[in-house]
Amino acid sequence: MRKLRRPEIALNSNHHPVSKKSPHTKRPDDSAPAYNARLAPINARLGQDEQIAFYRDMVRIRRFEERCLRAYQQGKIGGFLHLYIGQESLAVGCCSVMSKQDHIITAYRDHGHALGVGMSMNELMAENYGKYTGCSKGKGSSMHYFDPSRHFWGGHGIVGGQIPLGIGIAFALKYKGVKGACMAFMGDGAVNQGAVHESYNLAALWDLPVVFVIENNGYSMGTSQARSSAGPSLAQRAEGYGMSWDISENGHDVLEVRDKVSQALKRAHEEHKPTVLEIRTYRSRGHSIADPDTTYREKHEIEEYKRTKDPIMVYQNTLVAEGVLNDELIAKIDESARAEAETSAQFADQSPFPTVEDIKKDVYWETDNPADRKSVGTLFFD
Amino acid sequence: MKSSARELTYAEAIRDAFAVALERDPRVLLLGLGVPDPKGFFGTTLGLQKQFGADRVMDMPCAENGMTGVMLGAALNGLRPVINHQRLDFALLAMDPMCTQAAKWHYMFGGAMKMPVVFRMIIGRGWGQGPQHSQCLHSWFAHIPGLKVVMPTTPHDAKGLLLAAIEDDNPVVFIEHRWLHHLKGEVPAGHYTVPIGPARRARAGRDVTIVAFSYMVLEALEAAEKLAEDGIDAEVIDVRSLRPLDQSLLLASLRKTGRLVVADTGHSTAGMAAEILAIAGESAFGSLRAAPRRVCFPDCPTPTSPSLSAEYYPRAGHIVAAVRATLQRPPNDDDLLVPAGAELDKPNPAFTGPF
Ligand SMILES: Cc1ncc(C[n+]2csc(CCOP(=O)(O)OP(=O)(O)O)c2C)c(N)n1
Ligand SMILES: [Mg+2]
Repeated sequence: MRKLRRPEIALNSNHHPVSKKSPHTKRPDDSAPAYNARLAPINARLGQDEQIAFYRDMVRIRRFEERCLRAYQQGKIGGFLHLYIGQESLAVGCCSVMSKQDHIITAYRDHGHALGVGMSMNELMAENYGKYTGCSKGKGSSMHYFDPSRHFWGGHGIVGGQIPLGIGIAFALKYKGVKGACMAFMGDGAVNQGAVHESYNLAALWDLPVVFVIENNGYSMGTSQARSSAGPSLAQRAEGYGMSWDISENGHDVLEVRDKVSQALKRAHEEHKPTVLEIRTYRSRGHSIADPDTTYREKHEIEEYKRTKDPIMVYQNTLVAEGVLNDELIAKIDESARAEAETSAQFADQSPFPTVEDIKKDVYWETDNPADRKSVGTLFFD
Repeated sequence: MKSSARELTYAEAIRDAFAVALERDPRVLLLGLGVPDPKGFFGTTLGLQKQFGADRVMDMPCAENGMTGVMLGAALNGLRPVINHQRLDFALLAMDPMCTQAAKWHYMFGGAMKMPVVFRMIIGRGWGQGPQHSQCLHSWFAHIPGLKVVMPTTPHDAKGLLLAAIEDDNPVVFIEHRWLHHLKGEVPAGHYTVPIGPARRARAGRDVTIVAFSYMVLEALEAAEKLAEDGIDAEVIDVRSLRPLDQSLLLASLRKTGRLVVADTGHSTAGMAAEILAIAGESAFGSLRAAPRRVCFPDCPTPTSPSLSAEYYPRAGHIVAAVRATLQRPPNDDDLLVPAGAELDKPNPAFTGPF
């Protein structure tokens, strides 16, 4: 496999038109050392296995999505397919610091999170194919991955709609006395929904163990952040609610993401306090497959990100420099991720479609669990 | 008024209506998520921002609820906004301003105020749209006194009804089915309106009345052709306007045929088809010669898998079977047969018009 160049040039695009520094990352004075995510407590004592695992998890997401794209082009997948390519460090970083009692919920761009919490490529690919063996029995598709056994409360189709749900999951954790938190993911477009602001207030008012994770990739479909959001930064809006906030400027750095989100989780676990964490990132592909992605942003902006800040490339370079990865291992990881993705496509292909009878299943709890029936009368009129 | 007509697609007809409205009336403005996007909102807003400026053809943040309320204020203060939603599902975030505010203003303040606003929503179907992106809830809006609701089927009616909606002094919900967008038909150039209210007799017939909504009008017309092969002469009524509803055309047709099948693009339970059946029962009971039938979506959310959506959505064959039942005839074996190679999850290529 071709060895990737080390990034030298900082991305200087205009898609994040806001102040670049957050109070938490600003250097208080010259004598203090510059922020270095590698030295953060959560990253300081990482074993080689762990580092390789973060790298592998990002590669697995990438190869899975590339395989999805091919399946789409072959007509095996239809409708929506929102790729996470370029953002893998966020899901992997966040999921890697989750405790057994933490939960997550996100929007439709959910492939990274699903793989991040440990769902299998097979059940995800089959879901994309609309097959019965998919994680939602073919009833959800790419936007609605879901595995409550792994505390993953799904991908959601209505922008911002998942955020109050995430707050409710945290509410229940606190209510039941569980020392866990919920990470509620949203995009830079979702932050403008009223429901998000109502959630901010409730989370702060009730001291809920929540991390609002804003995956700021600079665009809400074809609308740049500058065209949709007022204020100095998205995270800073938390101040109005007296909430802590932070910005991860280098969202492409999986270690920085780990550090920032683990601090927020600690605040949630130990103080039951919410945090708004904005992570700056970029999507290297269009909003969805249907997005021609040629008119609302400059080609060089995309190329520059891929060339200098691609999360996989950046981490690969770091690990190579540290002697953790070598060409042989890189190739091995890549091959196994490709093989896993290929196997998932075969699995999906060979899996059965849901049957006609399945249309009417899963609408009400009691039709699927007759023993639990608590009402009488007609549920289905047709 | 110019009368020169040319053939346009439904999407082009919508765009044409917007251009005419923006040109004629400086109070008209167009906004919604994606309105100025490269693909032009399924081609219905292409180039309008360039032509009329970003202060009249506007994108907006993800804030459907707040934005709708803001536009109601603008409407009260003399503007005529058209709020666009790429999916009806997204408009649901604005149920309060639409149903509890816009629909009530004229009444609540003693008839003093106008609320000239259009809520435009797109419904559709297809692989992967699924439960959160393909709900057809026109009956919800038709249920609300104070709202008008239209669902045009042809390019001609799309343009004329959109202009009528923009010029109306009440809030109007304008719903279009995405699978109609490629349909072609004669569309007059320049300004004209199709009055909100009158239904359209899409096909005259003697034996049975098929009342259909939006995309289902196309399925009903195909059903009528099939029925004709069996010597059954079906009348097809394109409702066009759900509220106000044209009862006279419906009742006149029923008195003639005595048989009724309603085909809707929504769930049957508590839906618009039920309303049509109620009207038939209350006002044409003596004319009915058979129990009326509904052909609607099943009572369950929209599936995403193509294997399920093929069975989920009713089509011409279902209408044929329902009509045959009103005539006490058994269904034909091949009513629901899917021709080899036909893709039920894509718009029927046979439905292109001209309409
Ligand atoms: C309520 C609602 N309005 C509009 C849409 C259409 N829509 C789908 S994704 C999207 C953009 C959201 O952007 P962002 O929150 O930044 O997330 P990203 O796609 O960048 O991950 C929009 C407007 C929707 N799904 N739901
Ligand atoms: Mg975004």
